[in-house]
Amino acid sequence: MSVDTTPQTAAAPAPSAGTNMSRLAFRMRDYGIVAALVIIVIALSISTDTFLTSGNLVNLLDQTAVIGLLATGATICIISGVFDLTASATLALSAIIGVQVGRVTDVYVGMLAAVVAGALLGFVTGTVVVRSGVNSFVGTLATSMVYRGLAVMVTGGAIVYPLTASAEDFGMLTWPSLFGLTSATIMFVVVVAILGLVVARTTFGRRLYAVGGNAEAARLSGIRVGSIHVTAFMISGVCSALAGLILASRAGSAQSTMATGTELTAIAAAVVGGTSILGGEGAVWRAIVGALLLTLIGNGFNLLGWDTIYQQVLQGLLILFAVTMDRWLRKRTR
Amino acid sequence: MSSQKAPSIAVRGVGKSYSGVTVLHDIDLDIAPGEVHGLVGENGAGKSTLLKILGGAIKADAGTLSFDGDQVTVGSPRDAIAHGISLISQEGALVPALSVLDNVFLARWSHRGGLVSARTDRKRLAELMETTGFTVDPDARVDGLPIGVQQQVEILRSLARGARVIAMDEPTAVLAEHEKENLLGLIRKLAAGGTTIILVSHFLEEVLSVADRITVLRDGALIRTGNASETSPRELVGHMVGREIDVLYPDPQPVPDGAPVMLAARGLKRGLVNGVDLQVRSGEILGIAGLVGSGRTETLRLLFGADRPVEGVVEVDGVELAKHTPRAAMAAGVAMVPESRKEQGLVMVRSVAENVALSSLSGRRAGPFVKRPAEKTAVGDISKSVDIRAANPEAAIETLSGGNQQKALFAKWLLREPKVLLIDEPTRGVDVAAKTQIHHLITGLAADGLAVVCVSSEIEELLALSHRVLVLRHGEPAGEFPRGTSPEVVIAAAFGSHEGEPS
Ligand SMILES: Nc1ncnc2c1ncn2[C@@H]1O[C@H](COP(=O)(O)OP(=O)(O)OP(=O)(O)O)[C@@H](O)[C@H]1O
Ligand SMILES: [Mg+2]
Repeated sequence: MSVDTTPQTAAAPAPSAGTNMSRLAFRMRDYGIVAALVIIVIALSISTDTFLTSGNLVNLLDQTAVIGLLATGATICIISGVFDLTASATLALSAIIGVQVGRVTDVYVGMLAAVVAGALLGFVTGTVVVRSGVNSFVGTLATSMVYRGLAVMVTGGAIVYPLTASAEDFGMLTWPSLFGLTSATIMFVVVVAILGLVVARTTFGRRLYAVGGNAEAARLSGIRVGSIHVTAFMISGVCSALAGLILASRAGSAQSTMATGTELTAIAAAVVGGTSILGGEGAVWRAIVGALLLTLIGNGFNLLGWDTIYQQVLQGLLILFAVTMDRWLRKRTR
Repeated sequence: MSSQKAPSIAVRGVGKSYSGVTVLHDIDLDIAPGEVHGLVGENGAGKSTLLKILGGAIKADAGTLSFDGDQVTVGSPRDAIAHGISLISQEGALVPALSVLDNVFLARWSHRGGLVSARTDRKRLAELMETTGFTVDPDARVDGLPIGVQQQVEILRSLARGARVIAMDEPTAVLAEHEKENLLGLIRKLAAGGTTIILVSHFLEEVLSVADRITVLRDGALIRTGNASETSPRELVGHMVGREIDVLYPDPQPVPDGAPVMLAARGLKRGLVNGVDLQVRSGEILGIAGLVGSGRTETLRLLFGADRPVEGVVEVDGVELAKHTPRAAMAAGVAMVPESRKEQGLVMVRSVAENVALSSLSGRRAGPFVKRPAEKTAVGDISKSVDIRAANPEAAIETLSGGNQQKALFAKWLLREPKVLLIDEPTRGVDVAAKTQIHHLITGLAADGLAVVCVSSEIEELLALSHRVLVLRHGEPAGEFPRGTSPEVVIAAAFGSHEGEPS
């Protein structure tokens, strides 16, 4: 910009070389993690001939569904400035409720009941966190213990099965569907697309980011900070319930110890995808990229036939590679 | 303040760009030891960027920096401190949860055998307060202190680090009149003691009165450096904006007879505020004056419901607010531009456009969705009318210069088309040209029937803008003055009978 040019205003972003450059840099900054994903995909395609088979891809997406749903819930919470550590406990409890209700009614009502349970549990978690005013990390940690405990109480510690007559229907999420993908994958894609739209395009999404970025400024802008948080927890609860249904459908049963610890994997996927744990930044697509990346790394090991002994170390290193690349690209544009 | 002499500083060919946009270009600047060097320019001219480069907060892309002829690398704030340079940034850089004492000696605590020795630090702090004339409670947490006092803490910290060059970015923007005078006095005293001061400010008279030499930046380029004694505010403004402009405050239009009362408050009480009554009519601008701690900001917050009054009534357009919450006040047509843009005003990590749109989202939606074209137009129009200069409205608002952030904050509330506008420091950090623009905007809105309540530490601004000025003292009304009252009278009322005794 030379001295005599009049500065551009926000109203009229003149398409000068400067702004084009900055737009481009913006892209780079945003999509560093995608580049890392692509590199790993290419590497796996070249080094194995099994990776690019449709069977493997279908399998890969099916595997991504559970962690992808949880990561989406985690991302939405993190954007709004809270953590949801109840995710896996909610998953177990709502799957159990789904199976039990299914036993006395039918499979579909049971599944609906699971989703409703997920939303209600999310509502309770959110209300506890908002009303008590304790840090969400601590608040949801405690709540998750309660939920796990309830799951044990409801099942008496045993595995719960659907009625034998409906066992086959109960496995419906594993059935192949559109384009040969599993029903679980289709459900995952649909739910995530909807949530992506909600976060990126609705007024609720805008408020979500504002609350996470600066809760006080949001409050003074007339936003009900508490109800935004509660809604975020409810969405996370529904995501957990859906993930629980997929797992239960696959296993043909549900139990109180289901998916223990996956709430942390979900948060890891969210963060690997590039969502800032400070809140106010992030996106649903990042959750998916993060979940894909984690799943892909596991998948690659199986395909390459590498010893599982090294798996964890290499997994850790690959995650570091991915996030470093993301950081690096962002920093270069500072 | 330090025993060592300040170095002479030579900046050569310094440049900086962000994502391809040049914000500083080929800057050559010499600053002599013990000099007070003023740095002026429009919002976004690059003043803060230049200071941050000197202070090691960011790295230049090009150019060199020399002290006493030796080329140095200032790669981090740590390096800068080691060279005796201390930066007091526009945004403030205190650790909110720590005490004054800990902040002043941050990372430089006195220690004996590995243990922090608070006693020594206390003594050093007392000495520093003596030299500066500041009185701050060493044990107070800094986030509970008024902004003006926080800034004193930053100055104390610079001195505690033995800074020989202190770069201050708009230090007086947050200060009341007498505090400004104190600060300018301190600057003169420090300079006389051999400390170099680099001062960025939008108050040109102030810069002219204290600086030896003044540099003007425009669009990232150095326009000229000259002796302060040989220049005038008018000339400076001409260099800053590149053309002759009028910087006269507009007069507000008289309030029409029989204009209805839009905002009324009776017996507001909470904390500092101890029984405030006020009435503002449609088309009227009420100024609130008072010292720091007189309850000005608190009163605005009570009116808006940002804090809930323990007692008192707020009526908007004749209807009593049922609830004291920002939502209820907003629904009744009230808007508030808060005091601190970083803490209360803006979501720093989000884009300019999102911030500006935030408080009026529901006005532009189709079902649950944001109407993006409508939003783009609305944000574009309002940005133009308050003159927000951003290369890209999608960029995070934290990348805007301070003054442009302030304009965005203003724009955000104007988009709601309020009936009552409460403004805390309307032009904090805004350049002279944009300031007149904002004044025109406020008087224009009032002429269209808006009721305005305005708090400003800048007494001249308040008197120029308002139809009436209400003075608060210890949270109570201490007089009301019509337009045309002299600043001295208002200040005397703010101090109460014992003039000169800060509350
Ligand atoms: N991190 C950043 N990324 C992109 N652009 C930036 C960044 N920091 C500053 N800028 C841009 O650099 C330019 C100069 O900003 P700077 O803060 O130096 O202005 P200033 O002269 O201090 O203005 P003000 O008087 O408003 O404080 C502005 O256009 C600003 O938008
Ligand atoms: Mg600045």
